[in-house]
Amino acid sequence: MIINHPLLGPRDSAEFVYLGAAELMNRPDPETASAEDWHGYAYLRDNPAGVHRELWFHEGGDRSILIVTRDTTTHEISAVELARKPRAQT
Amino acid sequence: MHDLTPITALGGTTPRVDTVGDVTLTEVPNVALASVAARLGQESACAKKLKSLLGATVPEPGRAAIGRDYAALWAGPDQWMLSADFDTHEDIAVHVKSHFSNTASVTEQTDAWTCFDLMGPRVNAVLELLCNIDLTGFDTGHATRTGIHHLGCFVIRTDARQSVRIIGPRASAGSLHHAITTAMVAAL
Repeated sequence: MIINHPLLGPRDSAEFVYLGAAELMNRPDPETASAEDWHGYAYLRDNPAGVHRELWFHEGGDRSILIVTRDTTTHEISAVELARKPRAQT
Repeated sequence: MHDLTPITALGGTTPRVDTVGDVTLTEVPNVALASVAARLGQESACAKKLKSLLGATVPEPGRAAIGRDYAALWAGPDQWMLSADFDTHEDIAVHVKSHFSNTASVTEQTDAWTCFDLMGPRVNAVLELLCNIDLTGFDTGHATRTGIHHLGCFVIRTDARQSVRIIGPRASAGSLHHAITTAMVAAL
């Protein structure tokens, strides 16, 4: 699988480490979050057969974290962006 | 008085040189390194400081630039690795930090890395075995970090046809040297 890094161009996915769903960037506000919010953040994930937004860490490269939009049934990647905004759009 | 003998990363008193066919691998011990990471909100100020320190254009992603006393390679968003001659810049981090002031965090890197120059007409045949860089577009001044022998290494194209500089983790200098020389024997 090839991931088209927004800054460095196409790179082998072997250089990356998978970090899970992009929703992990939407951490609940510690001041207001309930126990249910934390439970959902820590444990509950959708498991879509289809388009999935996920975090990939370029560990073997520039160490940036990317948000990759990937179809889990075909591995087709439709979008790659830097995960630099404070909150991921879902 | 202490009585210590300086040694290279591979343990010799002189830099190791290995030649296979027309390609030569040379250990380069006299490289001083420091990392520069722009602080939050100081990215453009940091880039200006880098430009004045280098006396050259700040390297874009995937590129390196050689300046007057320093060379820089792009290491990540708003991060660069700076190198200089060890003989004149042994205390590189102090010099660099005083230049960047509070626009960047600077970390001494000299003793964390080891440096090799790989030169020869068929250097690409060796690189193809070592790493997954797309060599068709890897021209002079390009630089990237990639995996060699499971080690994160910077690879800098110093000449479009026949030389690269490889900067890898010093603690694994022996393994990196083994990987490169093995690839040289296999490819040439």
